Amino acid sequence: MLVLVVDSSTPAVIAALVEVTAAGVEVRAQRCAVDARAHGELLAPQVDAVLADLGARPSALGAIVAGLGPGPFTGLRVGLVTAATMGQALGVPTYGVCSLDGIGFPAAAGEPVLAATDARRREIYWAVYDGAGQRIVGPEVSAPEVAAARARDLAVVAVIGDGAHRYAATLELPAADEPRYPMPVALAQLAAERIAAGAPGEPLTPLYLRRPDAVAAAGRKPVLP
Amino acid sequence: MADEPLVLGIETSCDETGVGVVRGHTLLADALASSVEQHARFGGVVPEVASRAHLEAIVPTMERALTEAGVTLADVDAIAVTSGPGLAGALLVGVAAAKGYAVAADKPVYGVNHLAAHVAVDTLEHGPLPEPAIALLVSGGHSSLLLVDDLAHGVTPLGATIDDAAGEAFDKVARLLGLPFPGGPYIDREACAGDPAAIAFPRGLTAAKDLAAHRYDFSFSGLKTAVARWVERRQRAGEPIPVADVAASFQEAVCDVLIGKALDACRSNGVQTLVIGGGVAANSRLRAMAEQRAAKYDIRVRTPRPTLCTDNGAMVAALGSHLVAAGVAPSRLDLPADSAMPLTTVSVTGEEWT
Ligand SMILES: [Zn+2]
Repeated sequence: MLVLVVDSSTPAVIAALVEVTAAGVEVRAQRCAVDARAHGELLAPQVDAVLADLGARPSALGAIVAGLGPGPFTGLRVGLVTAATMGQALGVPTYGVCSLDGIGFPAAAGEPVLAATDARRREIYWAVYDGAGQRIVGPEVSAPEVAAARARDLAVVAVIGDGAHRYAATLELPAADEPRYPMPVALAQLAAERIAAGAPGEPLTPLYLRRPDAVAAAGRKPVLP
Repeated sequence: MADEPLVLGIETSCDETGVGVVRGHTLLADALASSVEQHARFGGVVPEVASRAHLEAIVPTMERALTEAGVTLADVDAIAVTSGPGLAGALLVGVAAAKGYAVAADKPVYGVNHLAAHVAVDTLEHGPLPEPAIALLVSGGHSSLLLVDDLAHGVTPLGATIDDAAGEAFDKVARLLGLPFPGGPYIDREACAGDPAAIAFPRGLTAAKDLAAHRYDFSFSGLKTAVARWVERRQRAGEPIPVADVAASFQEAVCDVLIGKALDACRSNGVQTLVIGGGVAANSRLRAMAEQRAAKYDIRVRTPRPTLCTDNGAMVAALGSHLVAAGVAPSRLDLPADSAMPLTTVSVTGEEWT
C-alpha cells in the first residue's frame, strides 16, 4: 500500500511516499528541506513533488502517517493539518506517531539512547529509548540539564537528534550523527501494524507539551491621576 | 446558472474557523466554529489558543459545509483561503488546510485578502457590486476605508485607524462598564435604552487641523480614554454609572465618525455605493445611521446581514468566486500566510499552476 508520511515537528520539513507491504516498509520518494521558518510554504509543494516522482495520483494513497511532535507549535501544525485535510479529502485513514520515535527508534543498537529536538527558549523536547528502540521515558520538554540527569539515571550511552547536537556540551554524552531529524521510514514502520490491520484512522492530536502563553486579564489601570 | 464557479472558502485569520461554499453569487453553505469563549477570560484573542482551535475545528467544519451545500470536494472549481492579513499562526492553519484539500482533490487554490473578502461577501446578499464603490470595514482587528475600483484586481486604501480598531474600542469600553467580551453586541443592547446625546464624547480626527493629514483616518484611543475618565470621575464621586447612557453616547461617537468619513469619501470620489462590512457592521446604530445620512446624498448603502458581517468562510468563497469568474490566476502551492498582507493585494497570483 502506498502511504504518505509527513513531519514538520523540527526545522526539517519532511514528505515521503513509502510502500507498506507484509515484507516491511520501503521508501519510494522523499523530500526534506531544513528551514524552520518556511514549513507552510514548503510542505505542500514537497507532497506534490513526491507524488510527481512516482507519477502517482493522490487517489493512489491508502493511508497517511504524520509526526505528532512534540515540536514548536506553528510549524508542527502545518504537517498535522496537511495530513488531516488530505486524509479527509481522500477518505483514507490518518495515523499519528510521536516524532521523537522517528529519531530514537531507528537509532536502536542495544544500548539506551536519548533523542532530542530543539524546543527553543533554551529547552529541548526529549525521550529515552531502550536498546530495542522502545520509548521508555518521555516525550517531555525541559532544560537540557534535566534531560541529562535522567539520561545518567537510565544509563544512556549516546544522544541523538538536532536538539542533542545543539546542547551536546550540556548533555555530556557522545552525540550520534544520524538521524538528526525524524526518519519517514521509521515513522511508517511504527504505524505499519495499524496500516496493515486496516485500523480506523485517528484524530491527529499534536503533542504540544506546553500551555499557550496567556495571562488572564488583570484589573484595569485607572486613567485619572 | 450551472456554469457559475463553485468555490470553497476557508477563513482562519482570527478566532473563527469558517468554511463557506458559494456558486456564483449564491451562498450554499456557511459553517462556522468559534473559539471566542476560550478567549473571554483573557479579555482579547490569544493567538496560540486560536491556532490550536483552528486545527481541531477545520476538518469537522469542512464536513459540515460540504454536507450543508450538498457538494463534494470533487465538484468544486477552486478553493479560496484567507492568506492575510491576520494572526500569523492562525492564518497558517487555514492556508495549510486549503493546500491539503487542493493537493488531494487536484484543485487550484486562491490566497485572498481578508478585507477584500469582507467587501465581496455583500455580493451574496445584493448581487454584483457596482464599481467604483467605497467600502468601510470595521471590526476588532481592522478599521479601513477603501476605494473599490476593481474587486478582482486591486483596491485603493483611503484611510485606516491610527491606533485602536473600532471593535477594540467597543471591547475596552464594554470592560470598563462591566459588560462581557466581545463588547460590541452588549454595548449595542445597552445603548438601546440610553440617550446618545447624554454625554458629548470626542470625535477623533474630525477637527479641521486633523483633517488635512487624516481626512479618512480614524482614531479611537482618545475616545476610549475619555470614556474611562468620565466613568472614573463618577466612581470617585460615589455616583452610580448610567451604563445605558455611556454606551449610547460612546456608540454614537464611534458611528458618527465612521459614517461621516465614509460618506465624505463617497462624495469626494463621486461614488454612489457604500459597502459596510466587518463585525462592527453588525451594530444596529451604525446600520441605521448609515441609511439615514446616505439618503440625503442619494448614496446607496449595502450592508450584508449581521452573520455575514463577522468573519466567516462564505466571504472568502464569495471573493474566490469573483476571482475565478474574472479569470484571475490562482496562487502557487508555496503560497505563504502573510499576516501583514497589504490592502492593495486582493489575491496572491502565481504565474502558473503546477
Ligand atoms: Zn474581519
